[in-house]
Amino acid sequence: MDAKEKKALEVTACKVRLGILEGVFNAKSGHPGGSLSIADTLTYLYFNKMNVDPKNPDDPDRDRFVLSKGHTAPALYSVLAQKGYFSTEELKSLRHIGALLQGHPCIHIPGVDMSSGSLGQGISTACGMALAGKTSGKSYKVYTVLGDGEIEEGQVWEASMFAAHYKLDNLVAVVDNNGLQIDGRISDVMSPYPITDKFAAFGWNVVEADAHDFDSIEKAFAAADACKGKPTVIVQKSIKGKGVSFMEDNVSWHGAAPNAEQYEQAKGELEAALAALEA
Amino acid sequence: MADVKKIATRESYGNALAELGDKYENLVVLDADLAAATKTGIFKKKFPDRFFDCGIAEANMMGVAAGLAACGKVPFASTFAMFAAGRAFEIVRNSIGYPHLNVKIGATHAGISVGEDGATHQCNEDIALMRTIPGMTVINPADDVEAKAAVEAAINYVGPVYMRFGRLAVPVFNDPATYKFELGKGVKLRDGKDISIIATGLMVAEAVTAAEKLAAEGISAEVINIHTIKPIDKEIIAATAQKTGKVLTVEEHSIIGGLGSAVCDVLCECCPTKVVKIGVNDEFGHSGPAAKLLEQFGLCADNIYVTAKEIVK
Repeated sequence: MDAKEKKALEVTACKVRLGILEGVFNAKSGHPGGSLSIADTLTYLYFNKMNVDPKNPDDPDRDRFVLSKGHTAPALYSVLAQKGYFSTEELKSLRHIGALLQGHPCIHIPGVDMSSGSLGQGISTACGMALAGKTSGKSYKVYTVLGDGEIEEGQVWEASMFAAHYKLDNLVAVVDNNGLQIDGRISDVMSPYPITDKFAAFGWNVVEADAHDFDSIEKAFAAADACKGKPTVIVQKSIKGKGVSFMEDNVSWHGAAPNAEQYEQAKGELEAALAALEA
Repeated sequence: MADVKKIATRESYGNALAELGDKYENLVVLDADLAAATKTGIFKKKFPDRFFDCGIAEANMMGVAAGLAACGKVPFASTFAMFAAGRAFEIVRNSIGYPHLNVKIGATHAGISVGEDGATHQCNEDIALMRTIPGMTVINPADDVEAKAAVEAAINYVGPVYMRFGRLAVPVFNDPATYKFELGKGVKLRDGKDISIIATGLMVAEAVTAAEKLAAEGISAEVINIHTIKPIDKEIIAATAQKTGKVLTVEEHSIIGGLGSAVCDVLCECCPTKVVKIGVNDEFGHSGPAAKLLEQFGLCADNIYVTAKEIVK
């Protein structure tokens, strides 16, 4: 991507972060930390990588996305709103009674390809989608994003074995390695390290990336495209809460909403970042 | 029924898949290293490119089935009932039930008629578990003819379906020439006025035998086959209860949460009727030949006959 495209992605990612904040603040609950850590990756996928069209959301040939770490739905919803699947106004009623946007992704929401949120399950459904593509001779790709805590679930490794066995090179999994889970540092709670070695041992093409650098993200997905005969995992080093100073790398923002004062501060920081980008 | 042909409904399942594979191009089959036992191996032989072994990983298999269905396939995910409904319950609920995906679950080796393998593999809880999932259709066919028809009905219905099949060979009592499977419709197999015997799965043939024995003693038993436990046929259940005033349910499943409970759910709302349940009581099974176990647990024509006689008395 050139400098202009990169700047455009940075601007969009900043808007996505503002949408995440808006959603979680108005919901008075939700998961801002892990949503902010994947904001850049999701922005890249929906605005640069994936073949999707909000005007034709059910196109059988479209690329698919499964948010296996479904609790970070605010990030997905905010990206989908930016992309035009529904109004950004919807973000304000996230988690409210009767609202379109459920606490975790639901297949009935425009642009959401699979319900998810019970950890470990999204990667299996993504495998099924990739297998369907292979058996139907379709060229679409399937992307899924997992948490680094999520990979403690045994089902993830069942799915990993499956993806390699069936040579699902149309599947790309991203492990969002922000290093934190609800009870603390992943290395303290139940270490999944070494993550890259584990996936390599399961037969995957393993790529590493910086989750907050679009050049690095682009390079990683290009490496996935270049690999044939194996699924690719991108282990991305990320910062939980990225973009909001007091949330960064702080586990207490895994599943908590900001109060009014914190909301104003976070909004101010993100708006300042946006203004600087647009200047 | 001593002379009739006997076929295990798991066999019917495998045969039906293989027979329907040509007609339904989107049909694909998944198994978890049990293709020889679930009989999906019959399909695998005919359609190797549409059969996917998932290995001993039932949770992932259910998720894969969900993904296949989301992309237009009609996947049949097959394993023993214990692992389909038991081990993979939460995946079935969240990845298949909640998004209401078009996944068909072929669960074989249900109930204590698994036999020698014993309690760890005798699933007496699957109907109870599956019927609590919103939008899940639950089918428990009674014989070969019904099982094969149920498989095709499941393909033609859009949405998740749980199908329960047995390991034990059971009498084929339906006539393939005239049998018509209607999803959600009970089948009256015998008219009667003294008592209603409502049965499902392999207990249906036993119920018919019991009714014949009762008839010889002047007791007129109505026999209803409930192959679709969810959505259940409320009309046929209410009508027979109102007619006889006495209901006996029979199932090879726990008396907690299965057919008996489903029948009580219907009757307590529309026409309170005394219901006696024959099923596996609140206990685990154990090893032994299937026929002996069924007898020991009272899941046989003799016990249905004795119990019905007691109720009518």
